[in-house]
Amino acid sequence: MSFFLQLMVSGFALGMVYALIAIGFVIILKCSKAFNIAQGHFVMIGGYLGFTFLVTFHLPVWLSLLAAVAVAIVLGLLIERLTLRPLVGQPVLAVIMMTIALSVVLEGLATLIWGGEYKTYHGVLPTITLKVGELSIPPETLIGVMVSIAVVTILMLFFRYTKSGLAMMATAEDEQVVQSAGIRVTTVYAISWVIACVVGVIGGIILGGVSGVMIPLANVGLKAFAVVLLGGVNSIGGAIVAGIMVGVLENVAAGYLDPLLPGGGLANVFPFIVMIVVLIFKPYGLFGLVEIERI
Amino acid sequence: MGLPSGTFNQSYGQYMAIFRTRTHWVMLIAFLIFLFTCPLFFSDRILTILTIIGITVISVHGLNILTGYCNQISMGHAGFMAVGAYTSAILTAKLGFSFWAALPCAALAAGIVGLIFGLPSLRIKGFYLIMATIAAHFIIIWVILQLYGITGGSDGLAVPRPEIGGFVFKSKSSYFYLVMIIACLGTFLAKNIVRTRAGRAFIAIRDNELAAEVMGVNLWIYKLQAFFIGCVFAGVAGSLLVHYVAFATTDQFPFMNSVWYLGMLIVGGMGSTAGAIFGAVFLKLLDELVTIVGPILSAAVAPQAAASLSLIMRGLVIILFLIFEPRGLAHRWEMVKSYYRLWPFSH
Repeated sequence: MSFFLQLMVSGFALGMVYALIAIGFVIILKCSKAFNIAQGHFVMIGGYLGFTFLVTFHLPVWLSLLAAVAVAIVLGLLIERLTLRPLVGQPVLAVIMMTIALSVVLEGLATLIWGGEYKTYHGVLPTITLKVGELSIPPETLIGVMVSIAVVTILMLFFRYTKSGLAMMATAEDEQVVQSAGIRVTTVYAISWVIACVVGVIGGIILGGVSGVMIPLANVGLKAFAVVLLGGVNSIGGAIVAGIMVGVLENVAAGYLDPLLPGGGLANVFPFIVMIVVLIFKPYGLFGLVEIERI
Repeated sequence: MGLPSGTFNQSYGQYMAIFRTRTHWVMLIAFLIFLFTCPLFFSDRILTILTIIGITVISVHGLNILTGYCNQISMGHAGFMAVGAYTSAILTAKLGFSFWAALPCAALAAGIVGLIFGLPSLRIKGFYLIMATIAAHFIIIWVILQLYGITGGSDGLAVPRPEIGGFVFKSKSSYFYLVMIIACLGTFLAKNIVRTRAGRAFIAIRDNELAAEVMGVNLWIYKLQAFFIGCVFAGVAGSLLVHYVAFATTDQFPFMNSVWYLGMLIVGGMGSTAGAIFGAVFLKLLDELVTIVGPILSAAVAPQAAASLSLIMRGLVIILFLIFEPRGLAHRWEMVKSYYRLWPFSH
């Protein structure tokens, strides 16, 4: 039983990070109808930025976080202006290939700058140890969960109470109406990319602190797509619920089934199985809007 | 684009001809003669590159029919290649089939697996289908790794080179001929499949799915047909690849290959048989350029520069094509043709 609970707890922590990545994806999709395959690469870049600021420059944690967020803002603005703006109105595949190409370039840049090696800054982030009965909650995952909750709360407040947040919500509803109401849609696109970048980088710093950072960390983005699909591609709340579900399911399934399978590695393929099942039986996810098509 | 000035179609046969004028035929024959005399004046290294390009062209033709003509975007093409590759490898290495029997089986197996993963395409499209095919890739590779007893798992599987009547395709040049013959046949087939009833249905589905359905195109049949045909090409390419390397591992079919195949379509031009060839040749030659420039750059800048250069170059090429020439090299080629036909009076 304690084994099961342990799996649940670490799955929950993992799920919160998935949710954080998925939120970045959902925000871009809602506002600019672009599917951002590079979201996982923002996470990887975030991990490396965390390493650079925390270990190489020995900055205090709050300053490193601020610096990483600043870099993320610049990165998001550059990406939107240089690569996505020219593609407004192009078919889905063009936008997706653009974000894939972007992810490849980001991977190349990360290899060039950080050498593509495994970097870790275990023990640099502040830790809170918590023990409930036999359950030990890994210290850094707790911080991860707290930061995730904080980021999600801030985003919720941003969308509800600020002018640009409301503009983004409105753009998600109907672009043309919003334009005629005097909102600059291009600015909204730019903000959505900046938010996605910042959220991804924060997720990366947390993951980097927990398990270290290397280039394949970007694959976590692919797993987050399972979360996105399960939750429904245009629902932020759905992303959070589905993130926790996938994280827990993945951990529990891997914990119990891996010893039975010769090759193991179920945790890596599990999100994809979830993805196929969701796509076949409930293509628009748990909380997504059903698209109706007309000629 | 039109015909050379002064040439007019006077019969249905002339209208449908792929090679319409005598110049076309001369160019085709000259190209084929050049292609099949390559081993006489190229080194083994260049032959290897050309063979790999040939295999890639076959695979990209399949993806072009599926994605370029039918708009069912597949990002699991490398996975379907792996199905064909492993089918062929197991049949020849473990069950003692000859290559010539294993190749059609590989094509069929890949096609059937493609059908299975194509099933969701009836309910979903665009991004959702991309996700389903990405999932297909990872699930296929995982299953191959799990079936340790049959596939050799992560250890891989040694595969014999094909042979015919005692002659083994062992040298680079003999395998080059094998691949090029199949690639030419594949190109011929790909070009003609899209001119049949099915091909026209694919194009109708691509342009507007709902309108096509209202017009009486059976989406169920034609989408699955597109998946089947596309994956058959992938299966053949996968089989040829493992028999060339004489070894089958899952590392030969990384996920990023699926992405590069789509990239080749973008660079070459979607929905054009010539585009598939242009794209495959262009990106593969770019890779070769990187392997030449990479070591120099590594020595000059940093040891990891070579690895990052290949990624950045490929990514940038796709980004630049998407922004500046979304219709790809095939469109450029048509423009060049219409330009020289009208030269020097371009109006």
